[in-house]
Amino acid sequence: MAKFELRTPPYALDALEPHMSKQTLEFHWGKHHRAYIDNLNKQIDGTDLERKNLEELVKLSYNNGNPQACFNNAGQAWNHDFFWSSIYPGGGGQPDGEVLELIERDFGSFEEFAKEFKAAGVSQFGSGWVWLILKDAKLSVLKTSNALNPLIWGYIPLTVVDVWEHAYYLDFQNHRPDYLNTFLDKLISWEAVAGRLARAKAFVNLGEPTIPEK
Amino acid sequence: MAALLTKMGSSGQARMLSHLWKRGVTTAVQQEVLPELPYDYNALEPVISAEIMLLHHQKHHQAYVTGFNKALEQLTTASDPRAIVALQSAINFNGGGHINHSIFWNNLAPPKEGGGEPPEGNLASAIESQFGSLDNLIAKLSASGAGVQGSGWVWLGLIKDSKLLKVETTANQDPLAAKGLVPLLGIDVWEHAYYLQYKNVRPDYLKNIWKVVNWSDVAKRYDSA
Repeated sequence: MAKFELRTPPYALDALEPHMSKQTLEFHWGKHHRAYIDNLNKQIDGTDLERKNLEELVKLSYNNGNPQACFNNAGQAWNHDFFWSSIYPGGGGQPDGEVLELIERDFGSFEEFAKEFKAAGVSQFGSGWVWLILKDAKLSVLKTSNALNPLIWGYIPLTVVDVWEHAYYLDFQNHRPDYLNTFLDKLISWEAVAGRLARAKAFVNLGEPTIPEK
Repeated sequence: MAALLTKMGSSGQARMLSHLWKRGVTTAVQQEVLPELPYDYNALEPVISAEIMLLHHQKHHQAYVTGFNKALEQLTTASDPRAIVALQSAINFNGGGHINHSIFWNNLAPPKEGGGEPPEGNLASAIESQFGSLDNLIAKLSASGAGVQGSGWVWLGLIKDSKLLKVETTANQDPLAAKGLVPLLGIDVWEHAYYLQYKNVRPDYLKNIWKVVNWSDVAKRYDSA
């Protein structure tokens, strides 16, 4: 019986202090994320959905916009895994290399990207996520509500910030803008973005296609 | 609005109306105001902490009021359909938030002011006949509230024509009126409503809130619908 397991973040629960508290990690990862995994396992137990990996399960259960019962838990399980890997102790600041080049190409400047990313975060009314994605070989910002993620539309996610209130309320209360600033200034792992971009290039041609000489 | 006009004095009012006239607005724009809480911030303890009540009222509800007023003001200067339609979601979200929370504060009361006391009169009979008992209704409301995915509200609503009660949920700050029901009782299940105290255990918040639900306010809404 293939059961999903709650993977531990790639750092200790207090390693993101003071930008994201140990208490937040204990609840957010230890309770919320754990519950999505546990409930997902209960929902798929004994069905043929058990044999899917999480990404397949998310896309399948989304069911082209008519989601099945387990979509919410599957989506949230996947989103949280992706989120923990999108932040890192000592994170934040600006990227370099190809990531920065593409951000400058597709947003104009890093400042423009940051502005758009934060604006998406504050205008996501209710619960949701803000993503940097690769869509049609271009970088863009996408906001989704509740459990939705870019996989269901075939886009490639490069990073994400969780804007459900439980993600920031213990540390920032109602101050979502401060949380978004902290995410960009102190938490985001640009290394993770670079790694995901490199993998995406196996599927997406980011430059002009070159026709080989005869 | 009246307070604002009084403060401005007559010459100030004349300037404002002239300014609005020039912009093609011939009626004054109504500015909403944060209603006062009908009890102290700590009055609902230990069910809802003073810290939560303070943030919820002075920060969250105030933000909806401010956001609504700002969106309305932008609406008066929006000149083309695209700009007008773009303001739709901000108006709905902030306006809905203002409407919903204004109901919520009155739906609650400290125990010494009737919070937690079962309803009487017409509402009590309606609950009895349509749900069997108050306990059954409460169980249904709590279960629905726990099941809301993401942010939203659980409501006891009324179908006006038939005077039938209905348990319903809404997402985000959508007002219950959008589902064709009159709101009688709303329980906020956004995480900001309970997180500092109950953390992820929304069912505990829902179990406890009945100790401060002001059923006589709910009954008044039922009778006057």
